[in-house]
Amino acid sequence: MHNFNYHRPKTLSEASEIFSGAEDAVYLAGGQTLIPTLKQRLRQPSDVIDLSHLAELRGIAVEKDAVVIGAMTRHGEVAASADVRRLIPALAHLAGEIGDPQVRNLGTLGGSLANSDPAADYPAAVLALGATIHTPTRTIAADDFFTGLFETALEPGEMIVKVSFPVPKRAAYMKFRNPASRYAVAGVCVADTVSGVRVAVTGAGPYAFRQTEMETVLSKSFTPGALAGIAVSEEDLNSDLHATAAYRAHLVGVMARRAVEALI
Amino acid sequence: MKISLTVNGTAHSIEVEPRTLLVDVLREQLRLTGTHVGCDTSQCGTCTVHVAGKPVKACSMLAVQADGQDVTTIEGVAKDGVLHPMQAAFREHHALQCGFCTPGMIMTALSIVERHKGEPLTDEPLTDEMVRKELEGNFCRCTGYQPIVAAILAGAKATV
Repeated sequence: MHNFNYHRPKTLSEASEIFSGAEDAVYLAGGQTLIPTLKQRLRQPSDVIDLSHLAELRGIAVEKDAVVIGAMTRHGEVAASADVRRLIPALAHLAGEIGDPQVRNLGTLGGSLANSDPAADYPAAVLALGATIHTPTRTIAADDFFTGLFETALEPGEMIVKVSFPVPKRAAYMKFRNPASRYAVAGVCVADTVSGVRVAVTGAGPYAFRQTEMETVLSKSFTPGALAGIAVSEEDLNSDLHATAAYRAHLVGVMARRAVEALI
Repeated sequence: MKISLTVNGTAHSIEVEPRTLLVDVLREQLRLTGTHVGCDTSQCGTCTVHVAGKPVKACSMLAVQADGQDVTTIEGVAKDGVLHPMQAAFREHHALQCGFCTPGMIMTALSIVERHKGEPLTDEPLTDEMVRKELEGNFCRCTGYQPIVAAILAGAKATV
């Protein structure tokens, strides 16, 4: 690992100031992607800004019809949260399926979203539940947040403060995971929300996306059978040594069906 | 920069570079070589230690991230020369062959027992299936896991 300057800001504004004053800074959340990346020398930031001492980025709160989770909340905390388990069990389940227990003790919600790894789990729930991402200066709708492979709507230096998840009527997340890395080869979150049925896919494409064809048929009939006529296109899906695009397209259909089956 | 770590109950003030990994401080500076480096890519879990009571992979954490916290390594598990019941269970059940993964396995096992004592996870007694799921972050290339799972179940009973 190349060396870098290390900072431990106590406030959001201090963090932003350090970022803008540095040549090539990066925020450190839980580090479960960043530190392996630095070890492989795939990134060489001049400055690393550790967000773990910012109290306003932590914690889980229940607000009216929503669960609000601080960006630095660890996956393990979300998985074990009594509030999340009661109000959005699909989200607690998803968090408990990320990586392994040790990774879940450090990895964070905000880190996962800001990284927009194509195989990360959280983006599927954020999109399907229609969550809102809060930064120090604005809010970003989930539908506008993921913009590309490892790309989001965040501006340079802009960080996630918290994410507000509206409580759905029902929701489920199913993933076909890589047995070694436990990343999603394909993961589908189906949510029956107050604003309709939303279906989001992760792992299959360059970034998380909604499967509107499935949303349309499930809105008419929330049954596994309703999905039977849908042939998911392999166009634009990922092909790698783990799975071809055609296989991922097939898995999206299977995971969506399993999610609906789990909800009826 | 200077950090303070309380490792196995002993306070240390240690000079580190920002890039120094926690596992390197433990092994190279404190000479606590029971914590192993296996894959060095956060897969295998042989480097598992407890930071603030929770198991983490010390090869994927900067030492500066652990500043001010309590760290427990395998050296801090036995008390007064007497093996912890979990360590004794590993010996009794032949839960190791080469032994390389064992420190990480035991640090994870202690956390499994701790978290399955009651809420928030579950009040149910620990099962074979639960132990296997909890061990997803620890690899063993010798035993085939069967005796490790048996040892953890036995160690859990002996610990409570």
